Amino acid sequence: MELSGAEIIAQFLEDEGVEYLFGYPGGAVLHIYDALLRADTVKHILVRHEQAATHAADGYARSTGKPGVALVTSGPGMTNAVTGIATAYLDSIPLVVLTGQVPTGVIGSDAFQEVDSVGISRPCVKHNFLVKDVKDLAETLKKAFYVASTGRPGPVVVDIPKDVTDPNIKIPYTYLPTIEMRSYNPVTKGHPFQIKKALELMLRAKRPVFYTGGGVVLSNASSSLRSLVKKLGFPITSTLMGLGAYPSSDEQFLGMLGMHGTYEANMAMHDTDVLIAVGARFDDRVTGHLEQFCPNAKIIHIDIDPSSISKTVQVDVPIVGDVDDVLTTMLEMLKESDGEKASFKVDQSSCDQDLKDWWKKIKQWRKKNCLRYNKKTKSIKPQYVIEKLHEVTKGDAFITSDVGQHQMFAAQYYGFDEPRRWINSGGLGTMGFGLPAAMGTQLAHLDKTVACVTGEGSIQMNIQELATCMQYQLPIKIINLNNRYLGMVRQWQEFFYEGRYAMSYMDSIPDFVKLAESYGHVGMQIDQTSDVEDALKEAFAMKDKLVFIDFLTNREENVYPMIAAGKGQHEMELAPDSELV
Amino acid sequence: MRHIISILMENESGALSRVAGLFSARAYNIESLTVAPTEDSSLSRMTLVTSGSAEIIEQITKQLNKLVDVVKLNDLNVSGVQHIEREMMLIKVKAPVSSRDEIMRLSDIFRGNIIDVTDDTYTVELTGTSDKLNAFIASFDCDSILETVRSGVMGIARGSSSLHL
Repeated sequence: MELSGAEIIAQFLEDEGVEYLFGYPGGAVLHIYDALLRADTVKHILVRHEQAATHAADGYARSTGKPGVALVTSGPGMTNAVTGIATAYLDSIPLVVLTGQVPTGVIGSDAFQEVDSVGISRPCVKHNFLVKDVKDLAETLKKAFYVASTGRPGPVVVDIPKDVTDPNIKIPYTYLPTIEMRSYNPVTKGHPFQIKKALELMLRAKRPVFYTGGGVVLSNASSSLRSLVKKLGFPITSTLMGLGAYPSSDEQFLGMLGMHGTYEANMAMHDTDVLIAVGARFDDRVTGHLEQFCPNAKIIHIDIDPSSISKTVQVDVPIVGDVDDVLTTMLEMLKESDGEKASFKVDQSSCDQDLKDWWKKIKQWRKKNCLRYNKKTKSIKPQYVIEKLHEVTKGDAFITSDVGQHQMFAAQYYGFDEPRRWINSGGLGTMGFGLPAAMGTQLAHLDKTVACVTGEGSIQMNIQELATCMQYQLPIKIINLNNRYLGMVRQWQEFFYEGRYAMSYMDSIPDFVKLAESYGHVGMQIDQTSDVEDALKEAFAMKDKLVFIDFLTNREENVYPMIAAGKGQHEMELAPDSELV
Repeated sequence: MRHIISILMENESGALSRVAGLFSARAYNIESLTVAPTEDSSLSRMTLVTSGSAEIIEQITKQLNKLVDVVKLNDLNVSGVQHIEREMMLIKVKAPVSSRDEIMRLSDIFRGNIIDVTDDTYTVELTGTSDKLNAFIASFDCDSILETVRSGVMGIARGSSSLHL
C-alpha cells in the first residue's frame, strides 16, 4: 500500500484501534486533517481549545486504560496543549500527542507558528520524537504508542513537520503490530526473592497498613489487591489517585490519607510498624513532614519505576515490578504456604492477636468520625451535595473533578468502590481539567453517568468546552460548588495569612444558568439545602442532556481534616467542634 | 562524593539535551560532560562527572536509566570497579624568549607536547587526570595564560568489564 505521510497517520490510527482523536486543526496539520476524512473508524472530536484536547484524551485514557490521542497544530496549538501534557505526565497517564510542525526546511528560522515543540515538551513527557523523514513515520508512531502505554505510562509527543505529511510523496506502508526498542525495556516481573522477603515482613507485622496509589489503577491490579488485603485482614488507605482501587465501603478501608486524609488513615500511617506501599510515590501531599513520616515503620515499596523507590523516603524492601504481577505472585506464595506453614516461619496465633489489638486502636481513631459536618444548615454544605450525588447516582457514576476544595470534598465524600471512576488531576493540580476530562470519559462510556464536580473558579478555565459538549451531545452533569471564592486559596489565606483574602474573591461571576442555556444546555441554580436532592434527581433524569447545576454553597466552608504543610501526619487539624453537630 | 558515569545512548538529535535537561530540572550537579559517537555510529558514549550523596547518585543513575534514549550506563565509582580517567587540555601561554626554555621543561615534566609555536606564544597539549591538568595550570601565573580548553573527563573501567551492547 503506497500512502502519503498524512495518510499513514490516518491509516495507522485505524490500525492501532484508536477510537477517538481529540484535536483542533491549523496550518501545519491540514494535510493530516484532509487524510483523516477518509479514516472511518477514528472519530475526530473538535474541541474549542487545545488544552481541552489533551485533557479529554487524558479522561478517555484514565477511564479506559487505553492511550488517549490528541492532534494539535504547531506553535500556539502545541503550547496550549502543554498543560494537558504535563497533567498526564505527573499522573502517569498514557497519551500520544501529535503536534504539527513547520516544514523541515524552515525549522529554526522562527517561521510562522513555529516553536521548538520537542524542547518545550521535553521536561513533561515520557519521551518525544521529531519525525524528519516520512520513511520513519509509521515506526515512530508505533514507538510512541508502545512507550506511552507500557512500563510506567506517560505522555509521548510526536512532532511532525508539514512536509513529512505531503500528499504528493507516497511510500509503502505496513502496520507493525509490535515493536522492540533496545534502549527501552521496562521491568514487569518483581524479583521473587524480594517478594518473599516482603511477605515475611508482612506476616510478622504487628501494626501493618497498606498504602496504595494510582499505580494500582494503572496496572489494573484492583482485583488482586482486594484478594490480598482480604486474605491478610490488614487495614488499607489510599492516596487521592488510588481511590476506588479498593472499595471505600469496605470495613478494612480507612479512607484517603495525606493532607486532607482521614484521622484514622493518618494516625495508622504514623503508628504502623510495616508499611506496604503499592503503586504510590510518597508525594509531599501524602507524607507531610518527611522526618516525621511513619517513624516506626519498615517500608515495603512495590513500584514499576525504579526511580520512584527511595526517592524521598528510604525503603527497606523495594520490589520493582508491575503491581498486578507482584500482588498476584504474593497471593500465589501465600496459597503455597497455606499447604506447608513452615515456608514462612511465623507464629500465627500471636500475629492474630497483634492484628486484633491494632484494629482495636484503629476503631478508637475511627470514633472521632472526622468527616462529620453539620447537615442542618440552611445554606448548602458542599459535603452534603457530594453525599447526595453519591446517593442519586447510586455510587456508580464516573466523577471527574477540577482542583480545589470541591476536589477534596468529592474525594472524601463520594465513596468510590470501583477503579477508573475517579478522574482528577492529582499531581499537577490543573484547574480546568474537569470538564474536558468528562468529555473524554463520556465518549468512552456513552451509556454511563458522568459528572464533573467543579467550582466557579475552575469551570471558567475551560468553560468554552460547553460548545464541544453540545456538538457531540455529551450528557455530562456539571456539579458546580459555587462559593464565590477560590475556596482552597481562601482557606489557606484564612489559616496562614490571618484572613487576608488576597485575590481569592472573584467579582463578576457569570450567570451560569444563562451561560449553559446559551450553549443550548440546561442550567439550574440551587441555593437551599432542602432543594439539593430533588435538583440532582431532576438533572440525572435528563439522560440525554448536559445539565449545569450551580449550587450556591456555604461561602467559608473549610476542608477538614488538614495537615498543614511541614507538619507530621499525626498533627492533623480536625474541624472545630462547633462544626461537628 | 564525585562520580563518573559512563552512558551509552542512541545517537539521536536531542539525546544530549535530554541528559542536560534532566540535570537542570532536578537540580543535580554536572561538573563536566563529554560526548561523541562510538565505533557503532548509532550509539553515542557520554561521560558525565557529577557529585552528591549516595542517595542523590542513586537517583541520578535511576533517572538517567529512565531516559528512553539511554541504552546502558555504568557508574565507575562503585565498589568493585576500578577505573582509569583522563582529560585533555590545550593551553596557550605567553612565551617570551626569556621563558621559552622554562615552559618547554615544564611541558616535558608533565609529559605535554608543544603543538603550536608563534613568536610570542606556545600552545601545549596535555593529557591526564584533572588534578594533573590543574597542577600544570598552577605552575603558570595567571597573566601568562592566554587561553585554556579542556575536554572534560573521560573514563573507562579497568580489566575485562566493558560498557557495550
